[in-house]
Amino acid sequence: MTTATQPLHRRLGMTDEEYQSVLGLLEREPRPAELAMYSVMWSEHCSYKSSRAHLRRFPTEAPWVVVGPGENAGVVDLGDGWLAALRIESHNHPSFVEPYQGAATGVGGILRDVFTMGARPVALWDQIRFGPLDDPKNRYLFNGVVTGIAGYGNAVGVPTVGGEIEFDPCYSGNPLVNVMCLGILRREQLVLGTAGTPGTVAILLGRATGRDGIGGASVLASASFDDESQEKRPSVQVGDPFEEKKLIEACLELYHRGLVVGVQDLGAAGLSCATSEPAGRAGVGMEVDLDAVHVRESGMTAPELLMSESQERMMAFVSPELVDEVLAVASKWEIEAAVVGLVQAGETLTVRHRGEVVAEVPAASLADDAPLYRRPMRHPAWIDDLWAAPAEGISEPPGEALLFLLDDPAIGSTAWVHEQYDHMLFLNTVLGPGGDGSLLRVRGTEKGLAVSTDGNGRLCLLDPRAGGARLVFEAALNVAVTGARPMAVVDNLNFGNPEKPEVMWQFLETVEGISEACEALGIPVVGGNVSFYNETDGIDIHPTPVVGMLGLAEPMPVPPPRLSRAAEGMEIWEIGMSPTSNLAGSAAQRVLQGALTGRPTQPDSEMAKWVVAVAADLAHSVPVLHDISDGGLAVAVAEVCIAAGVGATIEDVDTGLLFSEDPHRFIAVFAPGSVDLPEGPARRVGVIGGQTLALGRSEPVALDLITEIHRNAIPRRMAGA
Amino acid sequence: MRAAVVVFPGTNCEHDVVHALTALGGQAELVWHRETDLTGFDGVVLPGGFAHGDYLRTGAIARFSPVMAEVERMAEEGLPVLGICNGFQILCESGLLPGALIANRDLAFICRFVELEVVDTGTILTGAAELGQRIRIPLNSYEGNWVDPGGSGRIALRYVDDPNGSQGSAAAVATAKGNVVGVMPHPERGVDELLGSGDGRVLIEGFLHSMVPA
Repeated sequence: MTTATQPLHRRLGMTDEEYQSVLGLLEREPRPAELAMYSVMWSEHCSYKSSRAHLRRFPTEAPWVVVGPGENAGVVDLGDGWLAALRIESHNHPSFVEPYQGAATGVGGILRDVFTMGARPVALWDQIRFGPLDDPKNRYLFNGVVTGIAGYGNAVGVPTVGGEIEFDPCYSGNPLVNVMCLGILRREQLVLGTAGTPGTVAILLGRATGRDGIGGASVLASASFDDESQEKRPSVQVGDPFEEKKLIEACLELYHRGLVVGVQDLGAAGLSCATSEPAGRAGVGMEVDLDAVHVRESGMTAPELLMSESQERMMAFVSPELVDEVLAVASKWEIEAAVVGLVQAGETLTVRHRGEVVAEVPAASLADDAPLYRRPMRHPAWIDDLWAAPAEGISEPPGEALLFLLDDPAIGSTAWVHEQYDHMLFLNTVLGPGGDGSLLRVRGTEKGLAVSTDGNGRLCLLDPRAGGARLVFEAALNVAVTGARPMAVVDNLNFGNPEKPEVMWQFLETVEGISEACEALGIPVVGGNVSFYNETDGIDIHPTPVVGMLGLAEPMPVPPPRLSRAAEGMEIWEIGMSPTSNLAGSAAQRVLQGALTGRPTQPDSEMAKWVVAVAADLAHSVPVLHDISDGGLAVAVAEVCIAAGVGATIEDVDTGLLFSEDPHRFIAVFAPGSVDLPEGPARRVGVIGGQTLALGRSEPVALDLITEIHRNAIPRRMAGA
Repeated sequence: MRAAVVVFPGTNCEHDVVHALTALGGQAELVWHRETDLTGFDGVVLPGGFAHGDYLRTGAIARFSPVMAEVERMAEEGLPVLGICNGFQILCESGLLPGALIANRDLAFICRFVELEVVDTGTILTGAAELGQRIRIPLNSYEGNWVDPGGSGRIALRYVDDPNGSQGSAAAVATAKGNVVGVMPHPERGVDELLGSGDGRVLIEGFLHSMVPA
């Protein structure tokens, strides 16, 4: 059957069974506009139909959680009347189809999720993954995504203060573009996505609605890629950061003056979502007049108006007597506004267009009655084969292996990327991109907010449960080395096709691993996102969860530990678990051997808690703390040397131990005798000094050389060399 | 000593500028771009950002904002007028400063610390600095490459290692009288060592000292 002759529901991405559910729910044939609404709201992207049942496993409660999963963003209490709002999202498929706009609108969307809660967005982090840069297509995608993030983030005026970059062949046909946002607000400014009580007026704020992004959630984000994917380019939205900037300022003024009952952003599923979700949450109905919607194209049909994902729009719910004041605020900030709806008693969402009722459905059914799938899962046979083949050792001399690793674009300097992002706006960035966690001060308080985002597809391919847990522990340690204590997690779960039982197994194992680690640390998951169908031509990506960790430092160490504070004569200590030389899933294995085998070292919850607590304490007295992760001890020490412009000598150990990525370890660098280390596992591994880096007995490597190789890892590839 | 800090739609450094001015003892007030009377202000700052989205060309729309008539009046009266980054672009576009700002030499946005040298202390930005003084503050721009075909610009600060191709390595440019200055790097991002540098303080102080009560 060709596309044109398919029934409407299939063209909208709905299965026959899902169509039957709509029939049963409405007890009649749906109108085209109704079918459009159900198709986007019941899409995988909006309804989490394959994952929802399993996400309940996450621990979500803690005394400091103000708003947990389910709202536009999670909110936690920082004390003294301050709250933080955080959220992570993916824009993987749009970024493959159109990298600049895909990445740009990802930034726009995550910002709206955060300022919908009443918070001013203060920082962004991007986690981006591509195929190898020797392929021109991947260079095009990487460049497009980075300039898209820069183009939108810089212009909208929210600094991008960190993130992650990874390269692996599994992302060649399906790059990953995730973005996290943090906002800060006073408790009295918290706003929820509620439609309020009957009589409340719905005002659509922001950019005019057009045909861009129609079916983005259902057609693009919830299906796999094949050769025809490029034809989906019209399903990618186009962003306008200037409109978003004005929208942010206008909304913040509305919150500040207490003019709104609730707010909902228009992202995936557009008006369908921004009317049904707030009404469903409030247990009310609503009348919506599509003729009142301000449009930038003529002749749009009702389904188009309801499905459009035009960017930079918000729905505000306002008491009738305040409507004029809200419209005046919109006018001051030079954004368009239109009264488009009225909240009603009952539970029916009624939509009119050109004088006719085009939809009449139970509002809550669009969100609450979405299908729920418990898809079959199966432990993959191939993973047993991988586990049965232990990781090989390293045959290169350590110095040579180190140079290979520092030349890897995922390990080398990120300056080519982060210097294209404004990462200093708002004068809060104490620790910016390129290190472990970012650290932002909260002016007028002694608080510091630390954020680290961590993903690792290699680890999770070889052991999704251990991998998921280790990511949480690593992110916790990354915020701890800035002086913060971990507080809350958001996660972005990027996986392949959930209709494959092996992919569902990976997913469930990962959820279990993340949950166990969060429980061990006593921190809640306050929000997240699931991105399935990351496969192209039948090949799935590695399971790639990304964990975003928020930590609170109070007081914030001033100055905090910085790699650049290392100086001649200081000692290098490794604190935490004694590593094994197991290289399964390590960067060394990927870079030096090109194959992933073996089973990664299992995490140890007790050790994880201990190192996090110790690091957060030592951050107040030790000049340099650095997490040991990609590339192991050798790369961690090299990064200190590069940042501080001074060499080091590492004592003679087995090469495997130098590059092992075993968890729960960090390095501390300090003048001899200047620090009392707590009781527990800690080893002196070397000293800072000279202008070379010597790894055991291997030939010392000149500091200038490692600095240059590290600096040039991305630029030389982007130059096409 | 009260400075107006102009906010265009799309401006984003206004709060940072107010913070820097007040942290160093000045008074500052945000002024919306539709304001038509700046009487009572002793100086004005056009902060960084993307005024009117930088659409058409940086500063091309902002120069027509109602407030610009007052900025021109203050410039003519000899009051200090400082444009930072996007503000510099707006001052060039409105003809208050010579030259224009075009895309960086490498066609990429640049956000990092740069080192500057003070080459002229006779301006409202550099009056508190010493000739030859080195200043390290952040640059944050895509169109930061200053060209001045007429050659009439008075360079106040130069890049030690030119990052963007600016004519004469100019990082800050003044009028002949020295009361109108555009600076591409951000002095307000350099007032706190905790964030990487306090070198911008001497420039902010220069601006504050140049304001005499009207």
